[in-house]
Amino acid sequence: MLPASLRRTRAIAVKELRQLSRDRLTLGMVVGIPLVQMLIFGYGINYDVRHIRAGVVDLANTQASRALVADIASSQVVDIVARPPGAEELRRMIVTGEVHAGLYIPPDFERRRIDATRPVAQVIVDGTRPGVDTAVRAITDAPLPGRAGLVRRATPAIEVLTEFNPERRTAVQVVPALIGVILSMTMVIFTAIALVRERERGNLELLITTPVRSIELMVGKILPYIGVGLVQTTLVLLVGVLLFDVPINGSLLELYLGAGLFIAATLGLGLLISTIAATQFQAMQLGFFTLLPSILLSGFAFPFEGSPRVVQYLAQVLPLTHFVEILRGVILRGATLAELWQPVAKLAAFLVVAVGLAAVRFRKRLD
Amino acid sequence: MSAGGAADAGGAADAGIAIEAHALTRRFGPVVAVDGAELSIPRGRIYGFLGPNGSGKSTTIRMLCGLIRPTSGTMRVLGLDIPRQAEALRTLIGYMTQRFSLWEDLSARENLAFMASIYTLAPDHAVQRIAAAVEEYRLAEYLDRPAGTLSGGQKQRLALAAATLHEPPLLMLDEPTSAVDPQSRRDFWESLFTLAARGTTILVSTHYMDEAERCHALAILDRGRIVANGPPQKLMAELPLQVLEIETEDTVGARAALRGLDSLRSLAQLGLRLHALLAPGEADVVARVERLLAEQGVSAVVRRSAASLEDVFVGATLAGGGGR
Repeated sequence: MLPASLRRTRAIAVKELRQLSRDRLTLGMVVGIPLVQMLIFGYGINYDVRHIRAGVVDLANTQASRALVADIASSQVVDIVARPPGAEELRRMIVTGEVHAGLYIPPDFERRRIDATRPVAQVIVDGTRPGVDTAVRAITDAPLPGRAGLVRRATPAIEVLTEFNPERRTAVQVVPALIGVILSMTMVIFTAIALVRERERGNLELLITTPVRSIELMVGKILPYIGVGLVQTTLVLLVGVLLFDVPINGSLLELYLGAGLFIAATLGLGLLISTIAATQFQAMQLGFFTLLPSILLSGFAFPFEGSPRVVQYLAQVLPLTHFVEILRGVILRGATLAELWQPVAKLAAFLVVAVGLAAVRFRKRLD
Repeated sequence: MSAGGAADAGGAADAGIAIEAHALTRRFGPVVAVDGAELSIPRGRIYGFLGPNGSGKSTTIRMLCGLIRPTSGTMRVLGLDIPRQAEALRTLIGYMTQRFSLWEDLSARENLAFMASIYTLAPDHAVQRIAAAVEEYRLAEYLDRPAGTLSGGQKQRLALAAATLHEPPLLMLDEPTSAVDPQSRRDFWESLFTLAARGTTILVSTHYMDEAERCHALAILDRGRIVANGPPQKLMAELPLQVLEIETEDTVGARAALRGLDSLRSLAQLGLRLHALLAPGEADVVARVERLLAEQGVSAVVRRSAASLEDVFVGATLAGGGGR
């Protein structure tokens, strides 16, 4: 027979699984949320910005200037949707949001073409929109046949080799990290609510009069959801491989081990929240409070190398940061967990601290 | 001495006492929920806490279970020092909350099985105990229904079955019958007497007089203080008030007339009868009341009556409130 402590932990875990299996809506969310998010984000997020609405003011209106406009239009980075008569009108259109970029060709365009010290034209960019600036800059660097007379190199001075994602597809960058984002969304909230709901319904008052220990209750609550999390991981991976052609270069087993560790750490965070929140509403709010920084600071969407030091430290506290590192490492770069020992160790530390704090904070008392 | 404490329970000093509390006090901010409670509850008896909502019944029970720490005072429950040895007490008590606190989305069978594992009953013993509980509390019909769909009385029986699976020597029941119909309440009390006969000590709080009267002994609580305690018959016999029943068609006139009496402590109407509590000391109180009513032109029959537990309760809470 198992030791008493393990039997009680198992009893809690079995009860939790039973309740989960009766809760159709939650079961639906376990499967539905990852699938829907995966489709939306997998197709929806594209760092390769195209079809920016743009306006053109061509005051030169020569053969060369028309050729320049045609070249820029054919790049597909911008769609020329307006031809305002002057610079003022162009600015106006950017203010109102009708266009997000504009090309201004001055009347002395022809003279500027033969003067290598002056630019031939100006591109105006709406700096309030992320990504537009970078994308439009790219067209100004592009070799445009219409820019005759300009000095340019045939080959770049330094060659860039994009490893693991030679086609530079956004899906390859986004999909692995999405596993972590989707798990963060569901896991924290599930556990936070699982304990708070018992408090609201009065079950907890009964449980704390029994011999069950805090740590048994915490671990028993986490275990079933690790299973749920692994199911979600599988769903997201399947969609990633089948729909978005994301290669899995590393070991699948190591990927699951890493995912299990992250899921446990996230559940620990959920439990910690549940010891703070008094109602399910508060638990939801606290859950979302941790979610947004996770998504924005984890390096999922933006590289955090540019963030201030303090924010980078904050990112280090978020488990998602380390899991995104593990996901990209194992799935895309084919790294092993041993090679990724740093994020693995940080995740493990987070797990121990979160569950420990939750168990300490969870008093078997009502006052 | 966490384990030694349980052994002390068999010691000569408190052999017959299950629960002892001395100067037990609990404050919630400025509110004194329990104020200097003294308790000495013998083993194998049903002991009642009678009092209105907010009188400190639940707080006292929760302190005795170790769920709430006292602000001051000492408690020994089954020989254990509470709250210090609260964990050792967990396997020795069964607890029922005011509100149904088993899992409504689990079936009755699953709830019982879960509680058996939480108390780590050996698997074959658990099967045996669950079967016995199903038989004893007539749960067979509902065994596979979600607990949330059971009626008040059925939930009650299920909760009692779950609280007694591990055969605790002490049961703490916090207003167990507040959501139950009268027939189920009667059945429930039959079960409590069966448990007490087997040696279980039962502490039960209630605001029903008829339930309180069934207890071997009880404490009446009013605004955090124990204002009377003892066996119900003794409390009724020793009530220091005179009880009169006045039967009249003109209850309005009679009420008005009686209000002139200095010694009147309480007056309640039941149909065409008035039930009056009067201060002791007056020699021929019946004659005096009859005269008073006649002077006001009210025709009535006045007679003495034996004190009920409700009279004891009213009398005790009047004294506690400093007179009204």
